[in-house]
Amino acid sequence: MMKKLTATALAALAIGAAGIVPGQAGDVRVMWYSDGVEGEVIQDILNRFMQENPGINVILDNVAYKVVQEQLQIQLEAGQGPDIARVTNLKALADHWLDLTPYVKDPDYWRANFGDQFDWMRPDGSSIIPGFMTQITLTGGFANKTLFEQAGVELPGPKATWDDWAEAAAKVQASQQLPAAFAIDRSGHRISGPNVSYGANYIAANGDPAPVDDGVKTFAKKLVDWTAEGKHSKEVWVSAAGSTYRAAADDFINAQIAYYYSGSWQIANLSTKIGDAFDWVATGSPCGTAGCSGLAGGAALVGIKYTKNPEDVGKVMDYLASEPIVKEFTERTLFLPAHKGVIAKGGIDFKSDDPNVKAALNKFVEASGEILPNAAALPAWKWASAYYGALVTRISQVMAGELSLEEAYQRMDEDIADQVAQAKK
Amino acid sequence: MGSLKRNIGAALAAPVTAAAALIDKPLRAWQSATGTGGMATFFLAPNMLIFGIFVLFPLVVNFVYSMTGGTALFLPDRPFVGAEHYERLLDCTDYTDPRSCKDDQFWIAVRNTALFVVLQVGLMTVVAMITALILNRDLRARSFWRAVFFFPVLLSPVVVGLIWRWILQREGLLNFMLYELGGEPVVWLTDRFWAFAAAVGVSIWAHVGFYALILLAGLQAIPRDLYEAAEMDGTRPGRVFWRITLPLLAPNLLVVIVLALIRAVQIFDEVYVLTGGGPGTSTLFLTQYIYEVGFASLLRNPGLAAAASILMGAVLVVLTLIQLNLSRRNSGKGGGR
Repeated sequence: MMKKLTATALAALAIGAAGIVPGQAGDVRVMWYSDGVEGEVIQDILNRFMQENPGINVILDNVAYKVVQEQLQIQLEAGQGPDIARVTNLKALADHWLDLTPYVKDPDYWRANFGDQFDWMRPDGSSIIPGFMTQITLTGGFANKTLFEQAGVELPGPKATWDDWAEAAAKVQASQQLPAAFAIDRSGHRISGPNVSYGANYIAANGDPAPVDDGVKTFAKKLVDWTAEGKHSKEVWVSAAGSTYRAAADDFINAQIAYYYSGSWQIANLSTKIGDAFDWVATGSPCGTAGCSGLAGGAALVGIKYTKNPEDVGKVMDYLASEPIVKEFTERTLFLPAHKGVIAKGGIDFKSDDPNVKAALNKFVEASGEILPNAAALPAWKWASAYYGALVTRISQVMAGELSLEEAYQRMDEDIADQVAQAKK
Repeated sequence: MGSLKRNIGAALAAPVTAAAALIDKPLRAWQSATGTGGMATFFLAPNMLIFGIFVLFPLVVNFVYSMTGGTALFLPDRPFVGAEHYERLLDCTDYTDPRSCKDDQFWIAVRNTALFVVLQVGLMTVVAMITALILNRDLRARSFWRAVFFFPVLLSPVVVGLIWRWILQREGLLNFMLYELGGEPVVWLTDRFWAFAAAVGVSIWAHVGFYALILLAGLQAIPRDLYEAAEMDGTRPGRVFWRITLPLLAPNLLVVIVLALIRAVQIFDEVYVLTGGGPGTSTLFLTQYIYEVGFASLLRNPGLAAAASILMGAVLVVLTLIQLNLSRRNSGKGGGR
């Protein structure tokens, strides 16, 4: 009774806040967020699905990314929520995903084409089919080529280090009177590729978080120093408390920085908003002492196990995961596909007239070969979120002058240990 | 004309009279069976039910949450941990130095909130008083000016935060004006001092109209003959303010201070939109801490958030009791005057 009451109250709260009501019989509700144009593309695809399947009414709820991050969990804990959701918090909520195995036409097709990422989104040791990645992402950098040219500064080469990029961007900053030379999104995920490039390993032998090591310390110190020197944009990291996410894409789009470290999902956004205002190039990840690693990740479309229409969910998922639809979605959204068959067959014709786009996508494909093992392990590691949150919170405090680096490292270890201890209760 | 009005009035009252006649007998029977106490309970029951469901029950559930651990959201799935979260929050070697506390972010939020309350309430009371005094004078277009000062109160806090963020950001309106005037742009929201000052200032701007209105009502209730008598005696304006205006405005002033105090302790929305709690944690206030821990962090801790909100609630209860006590004293004084 108590559980039912709490569930109802929590669901009412979360649903009220998200403005989403549970689907009726015959309805399949999809909670979706967009970084670029994918909301329009998926709506178009779903309209065609509904024409071919008149008995199934798919309702696409386009919500802000923050809604997915903050409110979906509450709905799920209450046994409510949409029937399908597009999520990036793949592992932490894995207990709520529907096993699609009995509801899809050919489970082996799913395993063969999407199986490499299933462990990213299912509980450890599980063998369910939880969904599929709508895109594979890789963190990496973008340079404003026009600003570099105007400043007479050469773009650093393929094996350039973080120091090389910081130095080159600082020359552009000085020449073009920019507020900052470069910016990295305020996110623990985003600085984990660079950390690993300097030798960091987050995962201890028993699978629990390892103490903050020299790899993390090396890059954290560089980032703090660059911020203090005015090279790295202070606004992005210092302008919030806690683990709040802040992207620096607008600074890059408005040509306020010469170099931007984010990821492949920004390509459509940059292309749409920059247009022909200036030329830009993707650079892959700058190098550290251990390598030039980015961090893979992405968004997945997962079935929710509390759905009243699992059969219909299976049909929608089968349609969206089919090879021609994945190829079309990839070409129109400018995302990197996760579908092995689509990748193997090649011939993806990205729909963009922007010459920067194809070059950028090729660069990210090339950079995916640089991912170091310690970075490759992170998407499927269940404590990654705890690590990322502690990194952002404490490094920001150092940048704001509230903590020394040594105090921050100690606090990071304590924060991570506390969160893991809570989660294990 | 008069009889027409009466007839319309009678026609409109007829259904009410009929309904009253219909329930009159059962109510009388109920009253004779239960007495006047029973009737009071009967009429209070709907309100008490709503209060119980929407205030008391969540309060009790929140307290129970604060005694449980883990990251699960369902109470039955959460293990009992007793006072663990309270111990964590209160574990400090030196309460004046948040860095000596186990949960340094909580104590930073407490310190920031305390400083914010003192500055915001103090300054807002002064600004509201000055505004009310000005608006009480015989100004041209007085109603217009009253509306201008009250207008920000009608805005959503999120809108307030966004407007001021647009003004204060690096490429914002204020820096544009500074630049045009030949000054150096300042990055207001990444400087610890200016960000805190902005949080205080914006909050005052958003709410001062409401408190000025309360004080204005108080000013207008002061009998004019007192001022006339003072004028005839040749009393200086400053003395009139300290000896007549301020003492007679004290009850309104008290309401303003206590309401502003309670609201300042709960500060969240406009500052969250404006600064996000930054730079660093310099505008991290208690409500944002609770929100971050309970809802926004990647691995949430609802028990810790609940414990922090119980502690904050305790502070608010103390403030409310002070308000009730002072109100009672004031009404006692007013009765004897």
